[in-house]
Amino acid sequence: MPQNLAHAVAEQPGDRQHHSDETVGDAGTAAEASTTDATPRAEVVDGLDRSDEPGLLTRLLQVLIGPSFVMTWFRRSLALALGVIVWHFAVATDFNWYINFENVAAPSEVWASLTKQLSGSMFYKHIAVSLQRILIAYVLAAVVGISLGLVMGRSRIANDLVMPFVELFRPIPAVAWIPLAILMWPTEEGSIIYITYLGALFPIILNTVSGVEQTPEVLVRAARSLGAGRMQIFRHVVLPAALPNIATGLAVGMGVAWFSLLAGEIISGQYGIGYFTWTAYHLIKYDDIIVGMLTIGLLGTASTLAVRLLMAPFLKWQRKAR
Amino acid sequence: MLNIIKFNATAGAQTVPVMPKQPRVKPDTGNIKIDNVSISFGRGEQHHLAVSETSIEIKPGEFVCILGPSGCGKSTLLNAVAGYVKPTRGQVLLDGKAVTGPGPDRGMVFQQYSLFPWKTVRENVAFGPRILGRASPTPEAIADTFIDMVGLTKFAKRYPAELSGGMQQRVGIARALANYPTVLLMDEPFGALDSQTRHVMQENLLKIWGEFGITVLFVTHDIDEAVFLGDRVLVMSASPGKIIADIPVRLPRPRDPDIALDEDFMRIKRLCHERIKQESMRAFDQQNT
Repeated sequence: MPQNLAHAVAEQPGDRQHHSDETVGDAGTAAEASTTDATPRAEVVDGLDRSDEPGLLTRLLQVLIGPSFVMTWFRRSLALALGVIVWHFAVATDFNWYINFENVAAPSEVWASLTKQLSGSMFYKHIAVSLQRILIAYVLAAVVGISLGLVMGRSRIANDLVMPFVELFRPIPAVAWIPLAILMWPTEEGSIIYITYLGALFPIILNTVSGVEQTPEVLVRAARSLGAGRMQIFRHVVLPAALPNIATGLAVGMGVAWFSLLAGEIISGQYGIGYFTWTAYHLIKYDDIIVGMLTIGLLGTASTLAVRLLMAPFLKWQRKAR
Repeated sequence: MLNIIKFNATAGAQTVPVMPKQPRVKPDTGNIKIDNVSISFGRGEQHHLAVSETSIEIKPGEFVCILGPSGCGKSTLLNAVAGYVKPTRGQVLLDGKAVTGPGPDRGMVFQQYSLFPWKTVRENVAFGPRILGRASPTPEAIADTFIDMVGLTKFAKRYPAELSGGMQQRVGIARALANYPTVLLMDEPFGALDSQTRHVMQENLLKIWGEFGITVLFVTHDIDEAVFLGDRVLVMSASPGKIIADIPVRLPRPRDPDIALDEDFMRIKRLCHERIKQESMRAFDQQNT
């Protein structure tokens, strides 16, 4: 069992908790099945009785302090530490063989620069402005993307009308939008939010569409035979069936929103973590470049995690699904 | 093995007694008339006659099994009664009214995986009554009655993925019955279950049917199942799908699994077997020429 668990973790780091739960649950079921086989009880009708299943708290503890959980985080921390050490020595030895580390700030310099930034107020301002842009652009993209995706998934006509634009615009990188965005939007802020919004929009649309299209036909039939009309089928069958894909689209969209935002902030004249990073380059503050980059990475990861956590309550039925 | 089944059968009887005081199923409803129905798919080269000029009349409260090899069109015929498939010719009448689409008067139980995975057992069973706007008793109360009937009260708050295949099918039956349909349509509902679970499910189904007295149209490719359950077995042939035999099963009820050792049971089984065998040989020859 521990090997299995580790395996599941290695395969899909993002869904670790999900996998662990599943495995623990399966072990419980197998055990019960064997005990009930040996001593059948009156209420057992088809050989499954779960009265012996460990409680929620016990299972949570098993997952949290189980060897796999500790090992996973140990390995992950170790990997990051190794990365920092390699970085340190590459800089310390002025590594210059095709890739040049001579102008890269050392981990210690970056750390010093980070603590300095964190003690001032300007750095927080940059972060706050970026977060605000992300929030506006992302909420817009989520609302528009999910609505469009749902309609496109259910209607051939809507799909044929919108899909060509999605296919055509999706490969255009955010940076390529900068000139046109500046020309189109009255304010700089508008251009940046627009570019960020576009980045998040396409993955959300496409995942929603595929989620709707994957609705099992048998569930639609079941709902119809129970008396459900079109709108009820949409609300009770199509929408929940698409939710796992919508959640994926939202998570991917958040990641894309961040690197689109960074492209957009090149044109920003004052604030934003992308602006901070870009300015650091111009001002030859090489340590701040890395501070900016790591901040972006951290914020991106944190916000994607936030999206997943927000969606989790809607997907709890999936925890034991195959 | 028989002992286990008998044991479970009595266990089932103990869990069944809670029934709605006044079943809403009126007597003498649930008459199905399949009137000269043909169903074909595709055009030209792809044209396929799934059901050909079939007429069947099913009396209210009758348990009828449609038996045939896979691909013979038995599910298509069932889907025509359910209203998912429109007959190319002819019509299906339920209590004298033509079937034009699916509806809550015909409860449907599918082969597998037809529960809403995002709804708990209780929410699944309450779905029909909720959609129909039942107020008293509440959808939840109706759901609890039927969940109790199939012996799954302890699992009411579970999601389908947490249940075994047999349990899921019991929920499927409870969900179909919660709308108090006049007809129960079952499309190989136990086909994906292991044989032990299947036997238990068959017995439970007979008990439920005995209490409700509703018409059941049951599609299967399992001869034992058809003979054990049905008042009649309709044997269907492939390409084009046609009823080739209407075999009455005059075995006493309530039926016990031991009935499988009965001489009459074996005789009827042999009869079905012969008809099916002739048909599969014919179909096989057709496919290879």
